[in-house]
Amino acid sequence: MADKFGIIAKFDSPADIMHAAEKVRDAGYKCWDVITPFPIHGMDAAMGLKRSWVPRFTILGGTAGFLTGMSMIFFTSATDLDLGILSSGYELIVGGKPFFSPHFAFPVSYELTILFSAFASIAGMFILNKLPMHYHPVLKMDDVADSSDDKFFLYIEKQDPQFDDAKTAEFVQSLHPVKVSDLEE
Amino acid sequence: MSSAHPTSQAARPAILDEVDPVDIPRQPCVANDRSFNWITEKVCGIIEEKTPTWWWVCFVIACCTASFTVIGLGYLTATGVGVWGLANPVNWGWAIVNFVFWIGIGHAGTLISAILCLLRQKWRTSINRAAEAMTIFAVVCAGLFPVFHVGRVWFALYPGYLFPFPNANAIWPNFRSALLWDVFAVSTYGTVSVLFWYIGLIPDLATVRDRAKTKIRKIAYGIFAMGWRGSNRHWSNYEMLYLLLAGLSTPLVLSVHTIVSFDFAISLVPGWHTTIFPPYFVAGAIFSGFGMVLTLMLPLRAVYGMQDLITQYHIDCMTKIVLATGTMVGYAYGMEFFIAAYGANEFEIFAFVNRAFGNYAWAYWIMISCNVISPQFFWFKKIRENTTMVWVISLFVNVGMWFERFVITVTSLSRDFLPSSWGYYSPTVVDIFTYLGTFGLFSVLFLLFLRFVPLMAMAEIKAVTPQADPHHH
Repeated sequence: MADKFGIIAKFDSPADIMHAAEKVRDAGYKCWDVITPFPIHGMDAAMGLKRSWVPRFTILGGTAGFLTGMSMIFFTSATDLDLGILSSGYELIVGGKPFFSPHFAFPVSYELTILFSAFASIAGMFILNKLPMHYHPVLKMDDVADSSDDKFFLYIEKQDPQFDDAKTAEFVQSLHPVKVSDLEE
Repeated sequence: MSSAHPTSQAARPAILDEVDPVDIPRQPCVANDRSFNWITEKVCGIIEEKTPTWWWVCFVIACCTASFTVIGLGYLTATGVGVWGLANPVNWGWAIVNFVFWIGIGHAGTLISAILCLLRQKWRTSINRAAEAMTIFAVVCAGLFPVFHVGRVWFALYPGYLFPFPNANAIWPNFRSALLWDVFAVSTYGTVSVLFWYIGLIPDLATVRDRAKTKIRKIAYGIFAMGWRGSNRHWSNYEMLYLLLAGLSTPLVLSVHTIVSFDFAISLVPGWHTTIFPPYFVAGAIFSGFGMVLTLMLPLRAVYGMQDLITQYHIDCMTKIVLATGTMVGYAYGMEFFIAAYGANEFEIFAFVNRAFGNYAWAYWIMISCNVISPQFFWFKKIRENTTMVWVISLFVNVGMWFERFVITVTSLSRDFLPSSWGYYSPTVVDIFTYLGTFGLFSVLFLLFLRFVPLMAMAEIKAVTPQADPHHH
C-alpha cells in the first residue's frame, strides 16, 4: 500500500462539483483542487482563486519584443557599430531616406511585440501551472481518467493543515459525491 | 440564484425578483441534446477507428499531386527563376498571386479562433480546430513562394535576403521595404498560429491519452498533452492564456494582410497605390478563408456524420460571414473605380478601365461573378439550407479570390507607364504545376491532421453545451 496523498471525491454534474467546491472553500482548506473535463464558468470564484498572473508575463514579453525590434533595426540600419565577432551595423543609404525612423521600424517591431508576447504568455502558463508534469497522483488513478471525458473530481491533499483522516473524510462525504476514495501518492 | 456569486447577489437590483425576464432564444451549438460522453466518443472515434479506405485513396492522390510542387520547385532551384513566366514588365506573376491567395485562406482560421472568441460567438467551438489547422497548412503553402522566388533558396537565410542574419559583410536587409515587413508578419503569423492551435489542443490530447489502449499511443499523446490533468487551478491560467492569445492574434491577423497589401500599396504603380488596400485585403482574406472552411467542413460533416456538431446554425453563421465580406469586397471594387474617376489621375483611370475592359477583362469578370455575385445567393434561406449549393458557392469563392489577386497583380504591371514595354503575361507549365501541387501539399497535411489530431475542440464544445452551465437544471 502506497502512502496516502489525500481524499478524492467523484461528482456527476458541473452544478454538484461547483457546490462542493464552494463548501470546501468556505471550510478553509488550502491544498485542494477540482478536476474537470472543461473549464466551468464561475469555478474560479467558487474555489476562491485570484485573477491569473499570466498577463504579467505577456506585458514583459511584449515590451521585450518591441524594444528588440526597434533596437535591431536601429543597430542594423543606422549605426556602424562593430561588435567584432558578433556582428556589425551598416548605415544603409536607400533613396536618401533617414537611416532610422520609428515609422518604418514600426511594422517589424509590432510583429515582434506580438511574437514575444505570445511566447511569454505561453511560458507563463506553463510555469504557473508547473507543466509539463507527467507524474501526479491523480494521473495514476484509473478512475480519474474519466475526468477528461464527463466526470468531475475534487480532492483534498493530506498536506493541508486542516487535514484530518476521519474529519475530512466525513466532510467530503457531506458534499454528496457519488464516490469517495483515497488518493495514493 | 445560486450562492456561486455572493457579491453579485448583493448588487442584484430588486426589480429582477419581480419580473421574469424572457430567455433570449439561442440556437444550441450541439443539436439533439447530446451528452459530454457522446461528444468525446464522436470526436475521439475518428482518430481511434481503423483508417478508412477513402482516407488512403485521398492520401495517395494528394501525395501524387504534392509531387508536382516538389518537382516544380526542384526544377526552379536547379535551373533558375527563368522557368517561371516572369518577364518585363510583369515581374510579379503567379508566385505572389499564389502567396497572397494561400495567406488569405489562412485568415479565416484565426478569425474563428481569435476574433470570434473575443466576440463570444459560441458557434466557433466546433469549427475552430479544423480552421486553425487549415490556417497553418495554408501558411506553409504560402511560404513556399516567397522562399523559392529568390531562386537560390539557401541565400534566403544566409546572407539574409529574408531574415536579418549576421554575416561577415555586414549586409542587412532593408527595413524600409514592405517585403521585409511581410517576412516578419508572415513568420510571426505562422508561429503564433501554431502555438495557438497547440495550446487549444492540450486538453483534448489529454483526453486521447486517457482513452489510449496501446502503450505507444499513451506515450505519444501523453508527451504532447504535457501532463494536463484538468485541474481547475490550471484551467484558470489556461483560460487567461487563451484569452490573451486571442487578444494578440486579433491585431496580428489584421496586420498580416494589411502588410501583405502594403507590398502593393506602397509602390507607385497605378491600380496598386491606393489607401483602400489594407481593409479591402483583410475583408477579402476572411472571405476566401470562410470559403475554404466551408469547402473543407461540409464534406467532413457528411463523411463523419457530424450533423449534431456542425449544425445548420453553424452553416448559417458561416454563409452570412461570406455574404457580408463578399459584399464588402464588392464595395471595395466599386470604390476603387470611384476614387480613380474622382482623383482625375489619367494613369489611375486608365489602369481601372483597362482592368475591366482591357486584355485581362476575362479575369476581371470571373472575379466579379465569383466574389460579388455568387455570395449574394446566401441572402436566401433555401440556399443556405441546401448543403450542396453552399459547397458549390464556396468553390466559386475560392476561384474568385485567386482571380482577384491575379487581376490586381497582372493587369497593373502588364500596362505600365511606357506603352513600348507593354506585354501580355502567361504562366509557364512550371508555374501551373507548382501551384496545383500546393493543393496536394495542403491536402496531405490536412489528411494527416484528420488521422492523428482530434478534429474538434472537445473541451470547448462541452463547455458551451447547456448542461455545462452549473445553473442548468
